[in-house]
Amino acid sequence: MNINRRQLLAMAAAGGIGASILPRSGQAQTVVSSRARIVIIGAGAAGTAIANRLVRRIDGAQITILDRRQNHIYQPGLSLVATGLKPADYVLTQTAEWLPAGVSLVAEDAAAVDPESRTVSTTGGQTFAYDFLIIAPGLVLDHDAIEGFSLDLVGQKGIGALYAGPDHAAKTWQAAAQFVETGGTGLFTRPATEMKCAGAPLKHTFLIDDIARRAGNVGRMNMIYASNNDSLFGVPIVSEKVRMLFGDRGITPVYSHVLKAVDADAKRATFATPTGDRQIEYDYLHVIPPQRAPEFVRQSGLSWADKWTDQGWAEVDQQTLRHRRYPDIFALGDVAGVPKGKTAASVKWQVPVVEDHLVAAIEGRAGTEVYTGYTSCPLITRIGRAMLIEFDYNNDLTPSFPGIIAPLEELWISWLMKEVALKATYNAMLRGRA
Amino acid sequence: MKDLTFGTLIAVFEEIFGRTLFWAMVAAAALITIAYLWVLIRDRAVSWHKFLLAQISMPVGAVAAILFVLAVTDSGLGDMGGPIDVIVLLAVALAGAVGMAILVYTVQSLITGKQPPRGGPQLKR
Ligand SMILES: Cc1cc2nc3c(=O)[nH]c(=O)nc-3n(C[C@H](O)[C@H](O)[C@H](O)COP(=O)(O)OP(=O)(O)OC[C@H]3O[C@@H](n4cnc5c(N)ncnc54)[C@H](O)[C@@H]3O)c2cc1C
Repeated sequence: MNINRRQLLAMAAAGGIGASILPRSGQAQTVVSSRARIVIIGAGAAGTAIANRLVRRIDGAQITILDRRQNHIYQPGLSLVATGLKPADYVLTQTAEWLPAGVSLVAEDAAAVDPESRTVSTTGGQTFAYDFLIIAPGLVLDHDAIEGFSLDLVGQKGIGALYAGPDHAAKTWQAAAQFVETGGTGLFTRPATEMKCAGAPLKHTFLIDDIARRAGNVGRMNMIYASNNDSLFGVPIVSEKVRMLFGDRGITPVYSHVLKAVDADAKRATFATPTGDRQIEYDYLHVIPPQRAPEFVRQSGLSWADKWTDQGWAEVDQQTLRHRRYPDIFALGDVAGVPKGKTAASVKWQVPVVEDHLVAAIEGRAGTEVYTGYTSCPLITRIGRAMLIEFDYNNDLTPSFPGIIAPLEELWISWLMKEVALKATYNAMLRGRA
Repeated sequence: MKDLTFGTLIAVFEEIFGRTLFWAMVAAAALITIAYLWVLIRDRAVSWHKFLLAQISMPVGAVAAILFVLAVTDSGLGDMGGPIDVIVLLAVALAGAVGMAILVYTVQSLITGKQPPRGGPQLKR
């Protein structure tokens, strides 16, 4: 009797757990059979995520992914490395670890695409023919565009540049930590081009201010945020909120200041402004360089001819991310020539769209999924608080948890999202599971 | 967030703790719960003596859970910025308290063994 009841109980418990383990996929997706040759350029956030999903959706396809870089960098973590909150290796993993069996990784970069003959040639001299091509090589940081600046300077003489990768982010913290101790003028910049994670320059400013505040040194700080245009963020309502927060923290914004030159020895930065060049002396300078599509995108004739002509983003449809002239080509992630969407969060929304349209093309039907421009940015405003800002092409706020997590409020839960949930969600996305 | 399904949530938790640790924790929680239910059924009643000790341990569990979460997230009590933050914090405290109480109750019951019926042999010393 006793045993029977125990057994019953165990069975009930096991049954309950069993049912909850089974991952329920959002919608039952059909698997198609095809021998299509699919080439993916870039094994970053976008390339890896789409590779994992296509392998599951298409049975028998030949999927090749090109990327010379062996390391995968979780870039949203760079902001935390550059403020000493995480070590440099927090952001590093091996690219190959994330890729599924059934995808062949070629450790070479794409050198050119011939969209007419449908081939990609690599830096190693190989050529791959494709039926579908997904370009996801991210973007290029154009540090040389800033006169007098070079990456060797990062970490010394009060210069930081956290976008440049984990080592440079760690060196940025060396320079910033010294500034936080000694005080003086901190000068925070952003480029005039499109950029990935437009919130990151603001986060760095807020975090350094907070760290100085905690060290009791805020009285010795003169914090200046140099915006490239007349606002502080691309979404007007967010820009206003940031303006108020800056007021509260005593951070001085200057508008339409684009960094063009650095004199590292004199600790002097030169900005292009509407009224001519202006020089500002600093004790700490944070540099985020202009950002552009990789050269091969332009050289292969895949860029917009009449938009972003100095930046070369791929000419794709805003809603489907399909190339406007070559329907067998898609662009995903930072390289896509769409008005918003240079974040990993956007990638998460873009990947199912490209997957849908590509699979539909194989099946000979039209895809239905649409990318709305969704972009998200957990805008850290101090250690322990952030604003979870989400928006779309229309600059409408699109909160994931309306009525629960207010987008324009500095909340601890939004900080938790960034500190705890973001990397996990990012990793789940890489595996094609989010 | 797009497609927030149960599967996504599991995937995210697996990434936060690592797959092995996450499932080990789920298994531990499940085992403790099963053990708890088992002693309840075995003893046919809640022992108020054990329950008292379990109740006393609740605040300890609550505080420990809050300290743990704050420590692993580089934050402090001063970072609570709105009602939702307080709710999340209270939920953490509640989970810690209930978890601790169940744990303490179950461990006691397992250690002391099956309670004989009242007025029975345990009075003999
Ligand atoms: C400091 C910082 C903070 C950020 N914070 C956030 C945040 O909080 N939230 C958020 O959602 N996003 C954030 N982002 C943005 C996010 O990291 C990027 O938008 C995302 O990584 C874009 O993915 P991608 O695949 O397009 O490019 P990437 O992830 O950069 O990957 C591109 C890959 O392509 C490879 N590649 C380049 N050229 C070639 C070639 N010719 N051939 C083959 N391969 C090539 C590269 O080696 C790389 O592996 C942040 C970025 C930075 C820098």
